[in-house]
Amino acid sequence: MFAATVAATASVLGVLLFLLGYLVWQGAAALSLEFFTHLPTPVGEPGGGMANALVGSGKLLLVAAAVGVPVGFLGGVYLAEYEGGPVGFAVRYAADVLNGIPSIVIGITVYGLLVVPFGHFSTLAGGVALGLLMIPVALRTTEEFLRLVPDSLRDASLALGAPQWVTIVRVVIPAGMRGILTGLLLSLARVAGETAPLLFTALSNRFWSPGWLQPTASLPVMIFTYAIAPYEDWHRQAWAAALVLLVLVLGANVIARLALGRRSAAQT
Amino acid sequence: MSRTPASPIAHVGARPVVLPRPSRATPAVPRPQPPRPVTREAAVQRAPSRRLAPRWRMADTAFRLTALAFALSVLAITGTIAVELFVRSAPARRAFGWSFLWTGVWDPVFSKFGALPFIYGTLATTAIALAIATPLGLGAAICLAELMPRRLGDGLTFLLELLVAVPSVVYGLVGVFVLVPLVRSVGAPIERLLGGLPLFAGPVYGIGLLTAGVLLAVMIVPFIIAVGREVLLAVPQAQRDGALALGATRWETVRQVVLPYALARALGETMAVTMVIGNRPDIVASLFAPAHTMAAVLANEFAEAASDVHLAALVEIGLVLFGITLVVNGVARLLILGMRGAERARA
Repeated sequence: MFAATVAATASVLGVLLFLLGYLVWQGAAALSLEFFTHLPTPVGEPGGGMANALVGSGKLLLVAAAVGVPVGFLGGVYLAEYEGGPVGFAVRYAADVLNGIPSIVIGITVYGLLVVPFGHFSTLAGGVALGLLMIPVALRTTEEFLRLVPDSLRDASLALGAPQWVTIVRVVIPAGMRGILTGLLLSLARVAGETAPLLFTALSNRFWSPGWLQPTASLPVMIFTYAIAPYEDWHRQAWAAALVLLVLVLGANVIARLALGRRSAAQT
Repeated sequence: MSRTPASPIAHVGARPVVLPRPSRATPAVPRPQPPRPVTREAAVQRAPSRRLAPRWRMADTAFRLTALAFALSVLAITGTIAVELFVRSAPARRAFGWSFLWTGVWDPVFSKFGALPFIYGTLATTAIALAIATPLGLGAAICLAELMPRRLGDGLTFLLELLVAVPSVVYGLVGVFVLVPLVRSVGAPIERLLGGLPLFAGPVYGIGLLTAGVLLAVMIVPFIIAVGREVLLAVPQAQRDGALALGATRWETVRQVVLPYALARALGETMAVTMVIGNRPDIVASLFAPAHTMAAVLANEFAEAASDVHLAALVEIGLVLFGITLVVNGVARLLILGMRGAERARA
């Protein structure tokens, strides 16, 4: 029977590594310096790149962090330091539901709230959609890592006469800071690859997107549209974009995990 | 009540091969607990600042309320999503009522909408994915946790956990160019042989429920392995040692002792896996089964909805997805609570 489990492991690893290896092979063949510096070219014209999508993804993540980090972080502080009662239960339940909703549903909600009233798609709306997706992960990791801080630290601080908020801000949060930052980085990496919520919020754009209120290109949406397009040249661009996205997301994950000394992800 | 054996020794002698039932063993010698006369809550209440400086006390309250506001905003956001979906789906709910859920016609031209095909498609892709991923994932988890040297297992798990983070659109891209041709070339001969049977009827395009399900399985398998291994490693070593000492083989130990011990937690964690499935397939499904699942039909039709009713019907699909998430989460919570109760009763 153990032989069967070994076979299962081998086949799973084999398939996954084959798929990613294929991606790296195709992506590396399609990648060039031009990819990082040029705008997409019209259909039929070879060359071009996705500079606007790279910048667009960066701007979307900035907005997402501005929305998701404060809510996730301070909400997590509240859950860990103050509340085990009904409010805590309700907030955790709501966060789990938010985590479980297909991300495209968040997309159509933000479409109704931020796209229809403004009258056009925007970086802002896309970023907010990603920020909402970030919240549950940021919230739960902050809570988990604050709970790992031993109570004796809190007791010591309180015994020295510090009020509770000083205890939290000066003692508890610094003690859990490394884990919390890692969790926030991981949640950002998670939303960086999301496509569905951007389809109806940030849309896409073949040109540079000025400011924050215009539709913008982003790496995941570019991969999505280029993959289903019938043009050979676009497929190559999609491979290159997928490789870049993969390296960015996995890079963030590796950094986060090394910083934590290989804590398991199942807990985050 | 004559179940009590005459003496413990006679009982053991009568059934020598039975392995000990796993139980949350209490340590033989309870560790001496240091006395804690002052709890933290009491300390907070009695802290000098409480009595001495009202200025500090106000700061304390202000900080607490700020944190509370942010925590409650999570509740508000989820609530807003629900209300928004509910309000904007009103025209469709008025037009079709509950029959939206079991009508099979989706016709934008004549404004007739029923979500049944997409609900079926979502269930079918999920079922295919689980049917493939669960046995493979659990097998691999057992291998990584019980069989491999710890360091090798740790290394491979690190790798698998990284694969959990790969964006779904990347899997989707690889699927389009690798999996689709594969399904097409494997599927065509099967269709020629068994095309008469309803299960295999119709031309094989390579895109459809099966491909989406297979790719979904590829995406969730790393997650299942990581969670499964974690649960297995949480089983105390003493349980394994006990079984091995009684003469069980390693496989018997895994099957009769480790797996039953891990079952309760595994069930709870499995709910987490279903949540991942709920969340991730949007993009994959819309690449492979464009007109087949709820998330996919949203992705493909929302931007070009022809009429108000069409748009409202799409939003109502979103509402259905939201409702499913709510229910699955509630059930998972009840299940975990029940498991905890059962564990406490057994201990």
